[in-house]
Amino acid sequence: MSPVVAFRHVSYRIGQRELLHDLSFEVQAGETLVLLGRSGSGKTTALKMINGLLRPTSGEVLVDDMPTTAWDPIRLRRRTGYVIQEVGLFPHFTVSDNVGLVPRLEGWPPPDVRARTEALLAQVGLPYAQFAARYPRELSGGQRQRVGVARALAADPPLLLFDEPFGALDPVTRLELQRQFLALRRDLRKTAIFVTHDVREALVLGSRIGLLHQGSLVQLAPPQEFLRASTPEAKAFLACLDWKREG
Amino acid sequence: MPVGLPREILDLTLEHLGMVFVSVFIAATAGIAGGILLTRRPVWQGWLLGFANVMQTVPSLALFGFLIPIPLIGGIGKHTAIIALVLYALLPILRNTLAGIMGVDPAVRESAIAMGMTGRQLLWEVELPLAARTILAGVRVATVTTIGTATIAAAIGGGGLGVFIFRGLASVDTTLILAGAVPAAAIALLADGGLGWAEKKFSPV
Repeated sequence: MSPVVAFRHVSYRIGQRELLHDLSFEVQAGETLVLLGRSGSGKTTALKMINGLLRPTSGEVLVDDMPTTAWDPIRLRRRTGYVIQEVGLFPHFTVSDNVGLVPRLEGWPPPDVRARTEALLAQVGLPYAQFAARYPRELSGGQRQRVGVARALAADPPLLLFDEPFGALDPVTRLELQRQFLALRRDLRKTAIFVTHDVREALVLGSRIGLLHQGSLVQLAPPQEFLRASTPEAKAFLACLDWKREG
Repeated sequence: MPVGLPREILDLTLEHLGMVFVSVFIAATAGIAGGILLTRRPVWQGWLLGFANVMQTVPSLALFGFLIPIPLIGGIGKHTAIIALVLYALLPILRNTLAGIMGVDPAVRESAIAMGMTGRQLLWEVELPLAARTILAGVRVATVTTIGTATIAAAIGGGGLGVFIFRGLASVDTTLILAGAVPAAAIALLADGGLGWAEKKFSPV
């Protein structure tokens, strides 16, 4: 089976600065690839290549065997769910309008949009009757992020991108949402690419972990194998775990 | 009070209002369109904002004077006055439109694009609604300033409440000056209040 996403020798430069260096990897249908890395390692940049927010300077990113540069960007983005740390909900839209956005843009009939919104909000644990009419400012950080996830799932996209979605949440809420992520993944069987700098999160959520360091992929392995990794960059991340155990 | 003064106050007030309305309408159309254009073509920002800034710095009486000898757009009369008023009103509207749109949370804009919104959808559904309050604030400032500046239009035959003020100055008649100044101030206050109310009403969040 051909991969859902494939990076082929992707480099990305801004001026003299190279943010991604000769990146090559594949993501298979149904798996969750976690891109782990420190700030500035290029993980967010790599993610933005996939829905065409950025274009590679050289090499190509294939989505369903077609280079992102050949896709109609609007089509590509509407079939790719995207969740970011700042959530980016529209402050002037209600919760239900935010969630129903892509289905509406896709021209679904209003009753279908409503039914879909209702189902999604229930799925992320926000009862429609209670939350549909609220504005984002009337929600807690965790609730906002749930709405962000529901919005990304709205048009049932086969591919989901997550950019440190739980990074700004308190640890308890973060754990709740990580559990929900695992439950959703089990139920929906979608392909997901998840960016984080939290090695625990990577180990819990990823079916494979790709470690990025200064724009290069230094390690790509399933969690169990990643725990035994011997590269200095991987060891630096694993040391965070030991320190937490000791503490 | 001379006979017929109330009638003349009414006439000149209406003339004044008409001149302000037309000027602000043109300035708002051009300023908002220009502001949107500048968010799409950032390299032009220096030029267009620079032009509007320079217009703002020219003393108003001088600007009215400068326009008189210019062929086609110049001369004596109402249309020259309106051109000068538009040039003045342009800056606050242009600047606020630009500031309002640029002030939209980058995360909101990025997610709008990532959701697959087209440029037009981004503008009409996200950027303009979120910038509406700032844009209206610019229109409000422009309107209030224009109501005051329009009194100078009388100096180049543009009519309006300035007619009383210049006549009063020439004849050292305080009553006449007040006959122009008081209605102008009242209009400005009303416009400020009304547009302030609209700002709150149209504010989306």
